[in-house]
Amino acid sequence: MALFQPARGTAGGTEVTQSARSRASGYEAVRASRDFWTIHRRLGSFVVPACVLLLGWYFLFVIIAVFAPGFMRISVFGDVNIGLCFGALQFVSTFAIALGYRRWAHRRLDPLTDRLRQRLEGGRY
Amino acid sequence: MRPLAAAETVGTPALNFVIFAFFVLVTLVIAVSAAGKNKSTTDYYAGGRDFTGWQNGIAIGGDYLSAASFLGIAGIIALSGYDGFLYSIGFLVGWLLVLLLVSEPLRNTGRYTMADVIDLRLRAVPVRAAAAISTLTVSFFYLLAQMAGAGALVSLLLGVSSTAGQDIVLAVVGLLMIFYVMVGGMRGTTWVQIVKASILAAGAAVTTLWVLSKSGFSLSVLLHHAAAASPAGSAVLGPGLEYGVNITSKFDFISLALSLVLGTAGLPHVLMRLYTVPNAREARRSVVWTIWLVGLFYLCTLVLGYGAMWLVGGKQILAAPGGGDSAVPLLAYHLGGTILLGIVAAVAFATILAVVAGLTITASACFAHDVYAGVIRRGDTDPSDEVRVARITAVVIGIVAVVGGIAAKGIDVAFLVSLAFAVAASANLPSILYSLFWPRFTQRGALWSIYGGLISSVGLIVFSPIVSGQATTVGAIGASLITNPHINFAFFPLNNPGLVSIPLAFFLGWLGTVTDPHPADAVRFARMQVRALTGVGAERGGRS
Repeated sequence: MALFQPARGTAGGTEVTQSARSRASGYEAVRASRDFWTIHRRLGSFVVPACVLLLGWYFLFVIIAVFAPGFMRISVFGDVNIGLCFGALQFVSTFAIALGYRRWAHRRLDPLTDRLRQRLEGGRY
Repeated sequence: MRPLAAAETVGTPALNFVIFAFFVLVTLVIAVSAAGKNKSTTDYYAGGRDFTGWQNGIAIGGDYLSAASFLGIAGIIALSGYDGFLYSIGFLVGWLLVLLLVSEPLRNTGRYTMADVIDLRLRAVPVRAAAAISTLTVSFFYLLAQMAGAGALVSLLLGVSSTAGQDIVLAVVGLLMIFYVMVGGMRGTTWVQIVKASILAAGAAVTTLWVLSKSGFSLSVLLHHAAAASPAGSAVLGPGLEYGVNITSKFDFISLALSLVLGTAGLPHVLMRLYTVPNAREARRSVVWTIWLVGLFYLCTLVLGYGAMWLVGGKQILAAPGGGDSAVPLLAYHLGGTILLGIVAAVAFATILAVVAGLTITASACFAHDVYAGVIRRGDTDPSDEVRVARITAVVIGIVAVVGGIAAKGIDVAFLVSLAFAVAASANLPSILYSLFWPRFTQRGALWSIYGGLISSVGLIVFSPIVSGQATTVGAIGASLITNPHINFAFFPLNNPGLVSIPLAFFLGWLGTVTDPHPADAVRFARMQVRALTGVGAERGGRS
């Protein structure tokens, strides 16, 4: 619940006197606010591990396909082999990360960015 | 099996032509009806920013799934099996980087082009010029690929085998696309993409189900028959047939994989589409839709490729005009006769037309907005002037594309597309990521990274076995453009430059920045970061 309370008393509260026109210093004030760093940290904590993971997973697949083709040819059932299953898993992981990110961003990010933008556009910074 | 002489036109050219003409008519009506709404630069470049997430997602898919994907990937699978599947996975996984790193900040900070984002951060005319040059280069290679593909397709499907006849058809393609772009602008082009993506998805799905019905809906049975029909036997079910020939070709594939996965996030015609939605949230939604469309489509190409290997056979595919690119049309002919072939042919033709239109609007927007308004007039233009320049540019690009397409007719489509990806990943991606995420990034870093990536990727291709030094085909690596064995300046062993040029461009971006005597502007980065994360100051769409 704490996430959705306005962050009064932080940098946001002290900068209200600033004119919306002096945007340059306004942006720095926003950047110094607690809400901004929460968004920044949260986004980073999702995006950075996700990118490392997906690139690692993809290149693991590529390197096995290139340097260990024999492993990829091991049969799983009938004529379906490990290579095909591994490839299919790349599709599954791509769909899962995409849907997971959309859901996560909708719930954890969008409410915060909305609030921050409204304040910025209302000249609160 | 229907009797079919090799190297002959399949089906009824007249029927194929009627289906083509119907598609062209429908899309022309769309373009004309969109024209009435095109008043401002935002209308012309960004379709008024009032497309919804799913509409734009389908349209991005339409822009991305080029003839190289539809015909090329299925063709590679039909001829060498699993290695074609490797290609398609790279094309798909790259979309996650667009989703996670680029789509939302780009929509929040840019207006019309990729250079807008870098310019917001660095505010320097030379950087905008550099970004424009690399955008135009990538668009040009991609455009050449589409036009080269169109030539092969036309000779197969319309029965136009004379050189002059093919050139005339290419000129007609160029004229149509100039019309879409000039009249319809981004709004018209987007609707053309949506129509095209829908019929492409439907066509692929129907043909896939048809193939599966032949194998009793068992993938294992399909693979079994495909392997039995191939001279390589069960080797087609695993990797290595194309890229496993020797150690050079293995590293070549890794280099290709790097370009494919990093290139998507630097493709200007994909990035420009992100501006057609009202806000960053819709941009995110559209990329998720694109991932679904592209992913399901590539799963279909797997079935289509192995299906063609089984039902048509590699020998007949290789003998047909266009080689691997003819696998899907031949498969359609085998399954559903002239009607299905006509539909698949129309889908493929629509694909080329729509992708060419998408590339043309990107390149014309880049020239008018970045080069003309940004660099030549230093921002001192009015919107109607800019749109006028964009329209004229569209005509020039159309002519260049037709001439280039006629010249590039023999060149492999998949190769030209992978080249565009390599240049996009080397020249565009590093400076986009640095601009968005690195506080210290400076003008010198951007210039070194963009020009370094551009020159190294194009230069390494010139000095690769693609251009000279290889008289005959070895595995995946076809003969060079210069087949004379006495002319050999191929000192770079790989066909794909990405393994060297992408890390080099990132390194140059860093090196240029740390040696720049002018430090980065902290206020400007603060503004960029706040705008990228919150969307404040971003241009809104029509509805919000």
